[in-house]
Amino acid sequence: MADIKKIATRESYGNALAELGKEHEDIIVLDADLAGATKTSIFKKAFPDRHIDCGIAEGNMMAVAAGIASMGMVPFASTFAMFAAGRAFEQVRNSIGYPHLNVKIGATHGGISVGEDGASHQCCEDFALMRSIPGMTVICPADDVEARAAVKAAYEFEGPVYLRFGRSGVPVFHDEENFSFEIGKGEVLCDGSDVAIIATGIMTAEAVKAAEELSGLGISARVINMSTIKPLDEELVLKAARECGRIVTCEEHSVIGGLGEAVSALLSEKLPTPVKRIGVNDEFGHSGPAAELLKDFGLSAENIVETVKSWK
Amino acid sequence: MTETDKKELMKLACKVRMGVIEAVHSAKSGHPGGSLSAADMFTYLYFKEMNIDPEDPDNADRDRFVLSKGHTAPGLYSALAHRGFFPVEELKTLRHVGSRLQGHPNMNQTPGVDMSTGSLGQGVSAAAGMALAAKKQGKDLRVYTLLGDGEIEEGQVWEAMMFAHHYGLDNLCVIVDNNDLQIDGRIGDVVDPYPIPDKFKAFGLHVEEIDGHDFEQIEKAFECARQVKGVPTAIIMKTLKGKGVSYMEDQAGWHGKAPNDEEYAKAMDELGKQLEELEAM
Repeated sequence: MADIKKIATRESYGNALAELGKEHEDIIVLDADLAGATKTSIFKKAFPDRHIDCGIAEGNMMAVAAGIASMGMVPFASTFAMFAAGRAFEQVRNSIGYPHLNVKIGATHGGISVGEDGASHQCCEDFALMRSIPGMTVICPADDVEARAAVKAAYEFEGPVYLRFGRSGVPVFHDEENFSFEIGKGEVLCDGSDVAIIATGIMTAEAVKAAEELSGLGISARVINMSTIKPLDEELVLKAARECGRIVTCEEHSVIGGLGEAVSALLSEKLPTPVKRIGVNDEFGHSGPAAELLKDFGLSAENIVETVKSWK
Repeated sequence: MTETDKKELMKLACKVRMGVIEAVHSAKSGHPGGSLSAADMFTYLYFKEMNIDPEDPDNADRDRFVLSKGHTAPGLYSALAHRGFFPVEELKTLRHVGSRLQGHPNMNQTPGVDMSTGSLGQGVSAAAGMALAAKKQGKDLRVYTLLGDGEIEEGQVWEAMMFAHHYGLDNLCVIVDNNDLQIDGRIGDVVDPYPIPDKFKAFGLHVEEIDGHDFEQIEKAFECARQVKGVPTAIIMKTLKGKGVSYMEDQAGWHGKAPNDEEYAKAMDELGKQLEELEAM
C-alpha cells in the first residue's frame, strides 16, 4: 500500500459537506473556531451563509445544533473529537441524544494520530462515550471514499450520528466506482479462516497489510472493516467467529468501551469466542509525529501480525 | 390591556397555580416554588403572547418556547393543559410511571413542549439555535425561553448570549425569573449573579426590567421586544418564589418539595379563595 494515495478523513468530511450542500439547502454546518482544522472551511467557502462559527464554546454549539434540528434543518456540528464527545458529552447526551434529534456530529482529530498536540487533544474515549448514549449511531470510516459516503449516509439517516475522522492522511483503498456504504454494515475486505481481524478507522488499512503478511506465513486472516461501531453488525461478527474461531479487534481508541468491547460483549453472550483487543491500553498519549506514535502504541500492522503469530 | 383582559389573565394564572399544586401533590415530588413564581409568565405566554394552536401543536410556523429552567415543568404543563394541549386532569399523572408528563420536559412525549430540557443552561442554547434556524428558513416566528436566576450561574448561558447577540437574533426573547432563590439559598449568597440586567446589557442584549406578576408590564415588555431590531431581548422579571401560596412564598425550602395532604388542602384553599375573589370582582 506504500504508493497508494493518502488523504486525511477530515478532508473528506469537508469535501463531502461542500458536495452535499449543493443539493440540500437544509444543511447547516456549525464549527467551534476550528473550521480550518476540521475542514468545514471548504463548506464555508462554498456556502458562507450556512456555515455558523460558534466560537470556542462547544457545549453551546451542541445545544444550538439541537435547536436547529428541532426546526427541521440538518446541522453538522464540528469540532475535535475531544471536545465533541468529551467536553460537550452532557449536551450531546441531554439535548441531542435524549430527544433523539437529527444532529450530525462531525468529530475530527480522533485518536493518537493527532500527533504533536499530545494527550490533551488525543481523544481515545469517544467511542465509549458516544456508544453509551441510547439511539446514537457511531461511525468511524477507514478512508476517503468511505468517509465521504458515510457523511452522505449520515445526512440521509434520521437521528443523531457521531462521525469520527482523523487528522493524518490514510491510504485510499476503496474503489469509488464499486463502493456502496450502508450504516450498520461491516465489510469483508479479504476472506480468511484462521483468524478474523475486525478493524475500524485508520486501523483498517493496517489490518489489510497485516493479513497480507500473515498470508505469507501460512495464516489465513479475514479482515473486516467495521466502520459502524454502533449499531454493530452482529451477524457479520458472529459469522466470523463461527468460521474463524478467533477474533482480533483493532481500533485507534482505548481498549475500554470501544469496538473491542462491543465485539467481546456480543460474543460472550451469543457465541463465546477468544478475542484479543488491539487499542490504546488504558493510558494517555503523548506528543510526537503521528506515524511514530501509532507504532509506539502498537497501532500497526506489525503489532497485529505479532499478536496473531504469538497466539497459540 | 383592558381591565377585563387583565382580570381574565389573573383568573387563568390562578388556575395554572392550582394545576401546579395538584400535579406536584400527586407526584409527591417536583418543583412548586419556581413554577409558581413563573405562573403569570406561563399564562401570558400561552394565552396572549405566543402564536400557537393546541389543535395543531406541531405547526412548523408556530412560535417556540423552551423552558430552560426545566425543573419548573409543572408550571409549563399546567399552562399547556389549561390552554387545551391535553386534559387538565392529566396533570395528576406528573412523574408517574407511564405518564406523558415527565419530571422534566420531554418534547417527544408531551404535546406543546418544543424542547427537552432539565439540565440547566442548555435550553437557552437550543432556543438560540431555533431562532437562528427560523431566520435561515425565512420564518417570521419568535422564540421564547425562560431561565431561572440561579441558572444563569451556568457558563453556557453566557456562551448562548454571546452567540445570540453575534448572530443578531432579534426573534429571540430570553426571560429570567428573578425570584432571588435557588436550592441552597439566596442567589446573592450562593454565587452572586447580580446585577443581572447589567450582565445581559454587557452581552449586547436589549434589556427590559419588570415585575413578573404584573400583566401590564409583561405585555409592554413583549411589545418593546418586538420593536427591537438586530439584538435579542432579555426580560428580567422580579418575582416571588412560591407566589400565591402563603407558606411557600419566598422560601428556598419550597424549591423542590411537594406539599403533604394538609399543606395541599391549605394551598388549594388559598388559591380557591383568590379565584373566588377575582370572579366576584
